[in-house]
Formats: sequence, structure tokens, C-alpha cells
Amino acid sequence: MSTTPNKPVAGKKSDEGFVYLPLIAGWLFPGAGHFLQGKWIRGMLLAVSIVAMFVLGLAMQGLLYTSVQDILSMLGVAGDLGTGLLYLLSRMFGLGAQPIQTTVADYGTKFIVVAGLLNIIAAVDAHNLRTGRKS
Amino acid sequence: MFHPSHFAAVLLFSLFASTVFGITMRDTPQRMFRYGAYCFILFIGSAIVLSWVMLLIAR
Repeated sequence: MSTTPNKPVAGKKSDEGFVYLPLIAGWLFPGAGHFLQGKWIRGMLLAVSIVAMFVLGLAMQGLLYTSVQDILSMLGVAGDLGTGLLYLLSRMFGLGAQPIQTTVADYGTKFIVVAGLLNIIAAVDAHNLRTGRKS
Repeated sequence: MFHPSHFAAVLLFSLFASTVFGITMRDTPQRMFRYGAYCFILFIGSAIVLSWVMLLIAR
């Protein structure tokens, strides 16, 4: 099975417009950076995967990190913030505020953090598409 | 509320993470699919192997 990484593509796109728009849009809402560039299927798959992971994390009674009391909480907040508007809206509606009481709730907390980290990867991918480093 | 079994949680986690890895790490749809499948198998396989290792350590 081939697992060779992507070869860098010579910058074929111009730097017209705001280059960081797909990065910011992709961070704010999963897949939005790809939608902006007409990559509908990729964007839809990313959006479904990341949003589903976040929602399932909340449904498992996972915790949304809100305070930075120690280094682990700080890392949790950083991961959660990766989901952009999903995190902010969930905070606004008071979701994910209950303390972790079950093993499944701990899994849910990890689902939420990893959804944020995956969204950061997806947003950077959208930025690479915009700059022509990836096709 | 949603209370999956531990293995179902592993399956869901692997599916979503592999999808994102496949799309973001490769260029063409075919290579994306192959890399996503590769990651999925590695996630599941390593979870099963580590589970057996932990079971043997606990004995």
C-alpha cells in the first residue's frame, strides 16, 4: 500500500485576494475553507467528520474545557478552540459543562479535543490549497 | 445521551480521524482513499493489539 507523502506543487495559484481567508473560514467552520475553493466533496467529508466527532463528544457527556487551571486544561482549551464557532456556540448554550463521571464521558472529552485538532489540520490544508502548495 | 461500547467508540474515532487524514495528507482521490483506509486499519489494529497487551500485563 502506497503511503508516499504529497509532492510539493510549484506555486501555480496567484496570491490575489486575502490568502488567509480559507484558513480562517476553515477554522471557524469545518470544511468552509474547502467550500470557498470549490472543493465541495472534500469540504463536505471534512465537515461531516469533524462536526460528527464534536457532536458525538458532547452526546457522550464530554467536557468542554473552559478554564486554564493547569497545563493539561490549557492544552484542552487549545484543542477545543480548534473547532472555532462550534466551541463558542457550545459555550454560549452551556453545553459540555458537566463534570466527567463515566468512562464514556472521558472518551467524549477526547472526541471534542481531537475534533478541534483535526479541524486545525483541515484549515491548514485549505490554506495550502489556496497558496498552491497542494492541488 | 449516547453511550457506545468501547470498541464502537474506537471505530467511530478511527473512521472520522482517518477520513480527515486521508483528505489532508494526499492529493488525488484514489490516494486519499487508500491512505484513509491504511490509517483506519492501523488505528483499529493497534487498539486491538494494545488491548491484548494490557490484558496480558494485568494477569
